[in-house]
Amino acid sequence: MSSVVDCHGVSFAYGEQPAVSDVSLTVEQGDFLGLIGPNGSGKTTLLHLMLGLLSPDEGSVELFGQPVDDFDQGNRIGYVSQQATSRGGTMPVTVRECVRMGRFAHAGHARLSAEDEAIAEKALETVGITDLADQRVNELSGGQRQRAYIARALASEADLLALDEPTVGVDAESRDAFYQLLESLNDDGIAIILIEHDIGVVTDRADRIACINTELYHHGDTESFVESDALSEAYGATGTVVHHHH
Amino acid sequence: MSGRETPSGSDVESGPESDPEPVAEPESTANTDPATDAASTTDAPSHEDGIRQGHTTRSLRRRIELTGIALTGAVAALLIGFLLIDWLRHYPLAGLHPSIESVYTTTGIGPAAELLFEQVLIAGMWLDYVLGSNLFQHAFVWRQVATGILVGIVAPLVGTYLVHRQMALIGETLAHTAFAGIAVGILITGLTGWDGSLLLVALVVSVLGALGVQWLTEHTSTYGDVPIAIMLTGSFAVGTLLISWSRDIVAIPVDIEEFLFGSLSVVTAGGARLMAILTVAVVAVVAVTYKQLLFITFDEQAARVAQLDVTRYNTLLVVMTAVVVVGAIQVLGVILVAGMLVIPVAAASQVAQSFRETLYLSILFGELSIVAGFAFAFSQSLPTGGSIIVAAIGIYLLAILVSDRAGAAISMH
Repeated sequence: MSSVVDCHGVSFAYGEQPAVSDVSLTVEQGDFLGLIGPNGSGKTTLLHLMLGLLSPDEGSVELFGQPVDDFDQGNRIGYVSQQATSRGGTMPVTVRECVRMGRFAHAGHARLSAEDEAIAEKALETVGITDLADQRVNELSGGQRQRAYIARALASEADLLALDEPTVGVDAESRDAFYQLLESLNDDGIAIILIEHDIGVVTDRADRIACINTELYHHGDTESFVESDALSEAYGATGTVVHHHH
Repeated sequence: MSGRETPSGSDVESGPESDPEPVAEPESTANTDPATDAASTTDAPSHEDGIRQGHTTRSLRRRIELTGIALTGAVAALLIGFLLIDWLRHYPLAGLHPSIESVYTTTGIGPAAELLFEQVLIAGMWLDYVLGSNLFQHAFVWRQVATGILVGIVAPLVGTYLVHRQMALIGETLAHTAFAGIAVGILITGLTGWDGSLLLVALVVSVLGALGVQWLTEHTSTYGDVPIAIMLTGSFAVGTLLISWSRDIVAIPVDIEEFLFGSLSVVTAGGARLMAILTVAVVAVVAVTYKQLLFITFDEQAARVAQLDVTRYNTLLVVMTAVVVVGAIQVLGVILVAGMLVIPVAAASQVAQSFRETLYLSILFGELSIVAGFAFAFSQSLPTGGSIIVAAIGIYLLAILVSDRAGAAISMH
């Protein structure tokens, strides 16, 4: 059985500025990988490389055993980007319309089938926002909005959920509920890659950690990460965690 | 046909909780807004009532909108039918081969088209008699009206995606590119004596301009407004140079001002026909790619991850914009054409609850602006372009007043 994501010696630079340098790591089916690192350490860049949003300068990436450039099974990945990249804050789109987008990769140019719609409704139910389905996404609170995006990812029936700082601007209570939801999805066998600035959350929930600061400082299970010096090495001598809000 | 531009219309039906009771207050559509929600949560039963009433008013609203869209589609289909008989009565392509001409005469298509065409003008005379006007007995007025109604459909349709991609000014840019195209057409006409349609040349140049803008945005920063500003001024510069230059060589047979501000006399039979073809093509393309365009508009990165060919759909959208702009220039003029892509959409975004509703309302507001603008322009003998845009802005201001989410719907960064 092939890995979900397989990075081999991946490097990427913005102009002269290296963002990711010689990173190799694998995500297996059912993994819950926490991707951490200080501000500007290349976490998002690495995630974008893994998903094929960027092409590496060196090295190679495989998604579900396919080279990422040839990857064509868009329905296998659910992606929740940083909030700023979506028009959810301004565009008149209802929660239901947003969640149905998760079925678009399946439907192609055809109409959504009754089954597609049923799957979208079920995703709304799973994250507990059925009662908000007719509201505009931009009328929701931060936590509710992230649930809508998760529901969209679920509706795609993805094997991999990739989340880039999904809880920025979300209140603490909703955040706990959100991470419980992620854990239960992971228990159902969905692989998860999570970028999160709150290291505590990651070490509590993820079963594997990748700690990067341009280079990979640690990749392994969570216990060995907590015992290692990777955190202080990656974050600098003081070892203080930089909380960054985009 | 034109009423079916959106394929996955499943949420068109009223929701599962729609209430059969008659509607008490059509104005209470804002029930789902957080502010009113918060106000009604103080009293649980009234909150429930509010939700139920919200569903009822929403389904009524939906019915009104769908009726409007169906009506627009029917009127558009009839007007395209008129343009078709206007074309057929001249036995198009008959000169190519005698057998083609015999098709018209033996099947009776040609004479029938002529007869139908005359009936329309006779009906127009009656309409003029009732209205006390001197308009609808003339074929050119019908062509103008047909072109306007079709612009009212496709401009807001494409504009809905543009506005929410924050590409509102691309229409303005491509209109200026089309102006350069008209200048090229004038030059070709002057130099070679070619008597083809200036709009056709404008169409080609505008599409090339669209691809140019797309190339620039991809090779510089994504949809910054810098490439757009460069393309806008650049093509206008080329246009003015070409026109001044050709003025020295040949007598320019057209009034440039009419292309700049839109005018009754710009709409020719060929131009109206071009608009009909463009409309059918654009509506068909949006019908097929509705979901993809929505996805790349809403969340481009997620669409990329879902392996949508974002570049291809971006290009498609920009090329469609170029096509729509060239058709709409006839009625609105180069300077004002972008307004029709943007203003009805801005008005619709103020009051719409969903993206689909935004599309429907944009088209309805667009048609309202066209009809009101034409009525004003015809009655006062003023240019159509300015009248339509002023009407559209009137609707936009009304939408802001009606909506309690003023200013929140569209913010640019």
